[in-house]
Amino acid sequence: MSYLKPLFRHPKLPKNKLGYTQKEYEGSLSTLCAGCGHDSISAAIVQACFEMSVEPHKVAKISGIGCSSKTPTYFLGNSHGFNSVHGRMPSVATGASMANKDMVYFGVSGDGDSASIGMGQFVHVIRRNLNMVYIVMNNGCYGLTKGQDSATADQGSRSKAGSVNPFQAIDLASLAIELGATFVAQSFSGDKQQLVPLIKAAMHHKGFAFLNVISPCVTFNNNPGSTKSYDYVREHIEATSTLDFVPEMPEIKTNYEKGKSTRVAMHDGTLIQLNKLATDWNPEDRVSVANALQHARTKNEILTGLLYVNTEWKDLHGTLSTCSTPLNKLKETDLCPGVEALGEINAGYR
Amino acid sequence: MTKAVNDFIIRFANVNGTGSASANYLFAKAIFRMGIPVTPKNIFPSNIQGLPTWYEVRVSEKGYLGRREGIDILVSVNPQSMAQDVKSVKPGGYFMYDSTKKLPAPYFREDIHYLGVPMMEMSNEAFSDPRKRQLLKNIIYVGALAKLLNMDYSEIEKLVGEQFEGKKQLIDANIQALKLGMDYVEANFEYPLNFHLERRNLIKDKILVDGNTACGLGAVYGGATVMAWYPITPSTSVAEAFEHYCEEYRTDPETGEKRFAIIQAEDELAAMGMVIGANWNGARGFTATSGPGVSLMNEFLGLAYFAEVPAVLIDVQRTGPSTGMPTRTQQSDILLAAYASHGDTKHVLVFPATPHECFEMTAESFDLAERLQTPIMVMTDLDLGMNDHISEPFHWDQKRKYDRGKVLNAEELEHIGRFGRYLDVDGDGIPYRTYPGTHPTKGSFFTRGTSRDEYAAYTEDGAAYKRNMDRLMVKWETAKKIVPKAHLYQKENKSEVGILFYGTSTFSAEEAKDILEENGIIVDAIRIKAFPFGEEVVQFIHSHSTVFVIEQNRDAQLRSMMIMELETNPAKLIPVLNYEGMPITADAIKNQILKHLNLENTQHHELSETAL
Repeated sequence: MSYLKPLFRHPKLPKNKLGYTQKEYEGSLSTLCAGCGHDSISAAIVQACFEMSVEPHKVAKISGIGCSSKTPTYFLGNSHGFNSVHGRMPSVATGASMANKDMVYFGVSGDGDSASIGMGQFVHVIRRNLNMVYIVMNNGCYGLTKGQDSATADQGSRSKAGSVNPFQAIDLASLAIELGATFVAQSFSGDKQQLVPLIKAAMHHKGFAFLNVISPCVTFNNNPGSTKSYDYVREHIEATSTLDFVPEMPEIKTNYEKGKSTRVAMHDGTLIQLNKLATDWNPEDRVSVANALQHARTKNEILTGLLYVNTEWKDLHGTLSTCSTPLNKLKETDLCPGVEALGEINAGYR
Repeated sequence: MTKAVNDFIIRFANVNGTGSASANYLFAKAIFRMGIPVTPKNIFPSNIQGLPTWYEVRVSEKGYLGRREGIDILVSVNPQSMAQDVKSVKPGGYFMYDSTKKLPAPYFREDIHYLGVPMMEMSNEAFSDPRKRQLLKNIIYVGALAKLLNMDYSEIEKLVGEQFEGKKQLIDANIQALKLGMDYVEANFEYPLNFHLERRNLIKDKILVDGNTACGLGAVYGGATVMAWYPITPSTSVAEAFEHYCEEYRTDPETGEKRFAIIQAEDELAAMGMVIGANWNGARGFTATSGPGVSLMNEFLGLAYFAEVPAVLIDVQRTGPSTGMPTRTQQSDILLAAYASHGDTKHVLVFPATPHECFEMTAESFDLAERLQTPIMVMTDLDLGMNDHISEPFHWDQKRKYDRGKVLNAEELEHIGRFGRYLDVDGDGIPYRTYPGTHPTKGSFFTRGTSRDEYAAYTEDGAAYKRNMDRLMVKWETAKKIVPKAHLYQKENKSEVGILFYGTSTFSAEEAKDILEENGIIVDAIRIKAFPFGEEVVQFIHSHSTVFVIEQNRDAQLRSMMIMELETNPAKLIPVLNYEGMPITADAIKNQILKHLNLENTQHHELSETAL
């Protein structure tokens, strides 16, 4: 796709609390195919960050390799980005987070990047509860190498070339819940209304926030028979809830039906307001979430929305008891034990 | 056998997991405390319990710290390896064994002396706890050796007191065991032996420590805050030392908050990814690994080279491949490290030879990595990393400041025009970088492998790629000027023949140089401390007709690099090699050099004789 993005914006574009317009949150022109689901997710990230009044330079975008991993160029142009190694985004994000705990980390990955080559790192970053937003733009195929099946392609799903996938799919959301991810959500690139509040909530979750977003590949996996096509996904999604993300508001007025409404308080005082659609499901009860996902699978439904959240567990910085000053801000005086201490150390080896 | 003072080799043959290590260390450390140069080496299996393990101690009045062939006294407490242990003793040497059981007839040799000490029997009589019986049996032989070798008993007693400070019962039991051994020798043998110890003052302020501890401590002093690693022998104790000293010096005593983060990663790929993420974000991060780990880190090392992200990697080399002899030493990752990864890559290596240098070079590597914005690999090995070495003490200059390299802060970004992440503004090939989070609207950039222009914008333009690759070569030239210089052993050349070495080949190479000199063969010497090679290395090679390149691998890896990088005539670089997994000896070096010089038939040298 190639057209020139106009630099001009409407002079009266709305501004956020920081005085920025949405323009300050945009990135370069996307080079992905027209209609690619990934571009919608990028747009949702832009909107979420703008509406949350996040300082763009206080966000770092880290990705692996693949179509999805190219997207950090297309949002938050005032943030540092790192297009790293295939399947290794989680480790780079882990190191970056250790260096500076005061930033928001967006990890962007795809189904090939996370469910195949990077499965090891995906699993272990969950185990450590790294404070980050981990988005998988999941299209069930390898786009950049022209449409091979990925490990999240459903068994029986038909590719554009007509072959039927014989293997079982890896369900990343179920896996994340099984592994103890502390925030798991599933969504669809075509459902911005759901996606934007989910991204906001994920940014405020102090711990590992996983968003598995079905994001159809218009070029290689949008054909009849594919279970990751726009049409198929639209027909098969079933939301757990409708939700709002409530930043710093002491009280909220709701029109939600009594008894079906749930609030989840985040560490920083923000709230997730959920209006439950699914029964027998409680986003703070892992077992009920696992059950809901399994039931949905038997009915060929794709369960979307916030699936699970746990605000109790420590994130990696908490586990390691790192100091409040970011490690990359510490100076010689904080780090070097000095000449006198070295004298004592030497004496211990005599 | 002639009488020898402070010049012999003793080897202990133990079963691993029986507590012999601390008894053997006690023996070596007591000699160190007597002011006599000593080099202990562990020869251990890749196993936790039950297999043969040896501990070899060389005592050298002249201060030679390399390994030497020929065992003067063998202390045998492992029946499993007894047959081979008996054979390993030099004619005229001694074989000390546990005479609780009768020594089988095939183990008797005419040309060596036997010292039977009923260690187990004495230990069983004196102590009731089975575990204690086994541990103190080892102390009994230390006591016996103390008498036989004329060791200073007060030093041993003091060391026992230090080791078990506050545990009177243990101290008493150890002293009792020492005395059992001493008394047995007094009653049954003539002592001291013809080779033995005499107190000296040759140690001065030197320390006895292993290189891994020194690397870990060097990283603490060098300001490393993030360490990511995966367990692999022989590098694991680098992480342990870093953690130990961080806990001591970087933990707030009141709040328990830590000014460091250590992550045991899921594998070496992740470890390197974390190191790169941390450095990209402005923290000093490092990892420690060995050959197989470096193999796994290759892709990331290439990314760091192209993306120009600092990183420090400590490679404690071992014998390859991964399931071969992981507990034996080698210098065989040199080529792997120097050219790690896909595409055109070259990496900066430093080669420490002593614990003092492990400390110094590790700390300096963080400055080099940030100055050059590239990975720096500290190439040590198992011998240096896991064995104790006598070394100059660790040194730190009070006024020393970290060199954080070319990093723009928010104020500087305000005052420059357009920021070009990969733009060489001052001709040294090193562009300026920014940390994430520095400035709301200036200085952000997108980091990627290769496809970018000077302003970090994505491009697949071949000309832009080439400009970048050429700039990286300018940076490489800058690196040559700032990496540690090679050490020259002479002010002016004295010979047409030179020897060249690095890392742990140093001790034996220096000794070989002396032996050759005693035999009338003068050679010049140079010790390489870094790659890329500086001008002094080029000069040394050009000004000698023959240069022996001494290293511990099969393929003469450093020699290959010299041929490639310096366009030297390969015929003048003669490889002197050792790759059996044991540290190279002076004899091996001398013999290979003499052989090449066609002198092998006219020169016979017994090392133990000249050492007198």
